[in-house]
Amino acid sequence: MPADKRLTLAHGSGGEPMQRLLQEQILPLFDNAALAGLEDQARLSLALGPGERLAFTSDSFVVTPLRFPGGNIGSLAATGTLNDLVVGGARPRYLSCALIIEEGLPLALLRELLASLAEEARTAGVQVVTGDTKVVPKGAADGLFINTSGIGVIGAGIDPGTHRLHPDVKLIVSGPVGDHGATILACRRELALSGDLTSDCANLWPLVDKMLSEPGLLAMRDVTRGGLNAVLHEFAAAANLSIEIDEAALPVRPAVRGLCELLGLDPLQLACEGRLLAAVEAGAADRLLQQMRGHPLGEQAAIVGTLVPRRTTPVILRGLYGVERSLPPVSGELLPRIC
Amino acid sequence: MKYVDEFRDPQVVQRMVCEIAATAARLPPRSQPWQLMEVCGGHTHAIFRFGLDRLLPDCVEFVHGPGCPVCVLPESVIDQAVALSQRPDTLLCSYGDAVRVPGTGGSLLDARADGAGVEVVYGPRDALELARRRPASDVVFLAIGFETTAPATALALQTARREGLRNFRVLCHLVLIEPPLRALLSDPELRIDGFLGPGHVSLVTGTRPFDFIPAEYRRPVVISGFEPVDLLQSVWMLLRQLEQDEARVELQYRRAASTAGNRTARAAIDEVFEPAPATEWRGLGALPHSGLRLAPEYRAFDAAELLTCTAPVPAETDPRCGCAKVLSGHMKPPVCPLFGRECTPASPRGPLMVSSEGACAAWYQYRQETADARR
Repeated sequence: MPADKRLTLAHGSGGEPMQRLLQEQILPLFDNAALAGLEDQARLSLALGPGERLAFTSDSFVVTPLRFPGGNIGSLAATGTLNDLVVGGARPRYLSCALIIEEGLPLALLRELLASLAEEARTAGVQVVTGDTKVVPKGAADGLFINTSGIGVIGAGIDPGTHRLHPDVKLIVSGPVGDHGATILACRRELALSGDLTSDCANLWPLVDKMLSEPGLLAMRDVTRGGLNAVLHEFAAAANLSIEIDEAALPVRPAVRGLCELLGLDPLQLACEGRLLAAVEAGAADRLLQQMRGHPLGEQAAIVGTLVPRRTTPVILRGLYGVERSLPPVSGELLPRIC
Repeated sequence: MKYVDEFRDPQVVQRMVCEIAATAARLPPRSQPWQLMEVCGGHTHAIFRFGLDRLLPDCVEFVHGPGCPVCVLPESVIDQAVALSQRPDTLLCSYGDAVRVPGTGGSLLDARADGAGVEVVYGPRDALELARRRPASDVVFLAIGFETTAPATALALQTARREGLRNFRVLCHLVLIEPPLRALLSDPELRIDGFLGPGHVSLVTGTRPFDFIPAEYRRPVVISGFEPVDLLQSVWMLLRQLEQDEARVELQYRRAASTAGNRTARAAIDEVFEPAPATEWRGLGALPHSGLRLAPEYRAFDAAELLTCTAPVPAETDPRCGCAKVLSGHMKPPVCPLFGRECTPASPRGPLMVSSEGACAAWYQYRQETADARR
């Protein structure tokens, strides 16, 4: 199959063209024993230790454009699902990868995107053990959609979750917010802005692995669609508490701020793909913050807020001049197809 | 960030707040607070976002004005836009904040969900580009806003005419800043003591549309920028005029606006548009000579000609709606009987609840604590 070839409906037919696509182009990227058998399912031996649990999650990726500074739909499809496992305290082990390809997608592009997915998985020590390939007629999809599911193992005694939230708990964000959303927006608008915008797309396990050994870590969420705003509202609703945020403490890169000022957007509503919000016991907050800042993925971590007994509104922002205002939840879709 | 951080500096803001308090203390004593109206929705948004109203002494209050173009957009215009978007091979292009505004049969977003052609654009230039790329479609730009947005629409129409781009159309609901201010000021019950003039409108118009306010109504005007330091300095300038019993138009936003405004922009407006006999405003009704329509040479670009239905009837306003009282400084948004109950940003009953720059929506969004306590 020549490299300049485009995908056709035949490549999703189940017949010989599909077999050749898989054997020659796709499978070599994900070389592992579970996949090599080419059965209809991956057969896994997952012997859990005492107190260990499985985590299982699934996510679909429809981002446009397919490539953006800092990543592409392939790397995002790996890190996005990995992070959903990771914030539950699970060490990721396996991924699936299901492709919905629009007829006409260049083969070279598909290979490039899947190579990124494979590379992210390999770096994370995760095997892609099963998958699916569909090709749909032109116009029925947009280039490439990817679904990945992930399985991870939660160690004994590890149980981060919103059921552990209570008043006085501190909230730490692991780095500047809005990078991914701002990058995608700038790509789509072809905005030539000074200062480089790069997606924060990253697997958070190396950071979380360090954090899990610290006492006082109560809950984590990765910050994706809806930005930090959405996670704050999720935490407040789950705990039936309110959250007070200190606006001056929020880390936002100058390039992201610039874009937001220009377009009238709120960085708190812009998506991230490599950031998490951690809820920690007040007494452990400083130590955890130092731990996080000691890791490249958490260099700019900051304590941004506190859980308080329920007030009239769930999230309250204390502004630059000390005046409080309510932070309403995101209404409607700011940017469709961000991830 | 240059041009932003220096105008948000907490220390400068603090100094400004002290100056305002000192000046306010020298004003003649009276039972009700001094009310200053910020005309522009951009100002309203900044005041709420930064909590500037909470920094003022008790005897000085902001009153939120009619200058949010989305808020004053009548339902009939949304209905027309929806009808256009439902035509075959038609793409209705709109600024993002207008697509959520409800018409009588839903918003443009609702129409899009039902399969209509609706595209959010950042301005008329984007719509023009879409028209070039899709010669088989009618691309309609929903032109709304004050003198601020009119020049860009004029420029797009000039370009379309030059290029002979026949599939580019404009549904024109551009409005002027002076007529609603005149309507407000003609209310004998009006309690406003001074006006913060809209900086971006003045960029184009200069200070002329505001001259009548001191000349005919003896109220001071300060054309203001949009950052906290701008707005507070403008408040201080207004209080200084009140202290000295003066009434004139002053320019605070000197880094962008000027007394003369932008003649090139106005020339483009004058070439492409002409005053419409009357224009409908949500909440204010029809005001004579308050809007722009396409000049005869540009009528071929008028999207209204694509519409088959007759001119829609203006919707009736709920008699309990407090928008008029809020606009004239007689009522705070949460005191309105509809506020937060029947009237919310998700289903607005009055114009000021429609966009985030409207006083009621801003209050609802940022002041839930106060709103619920009905303080």
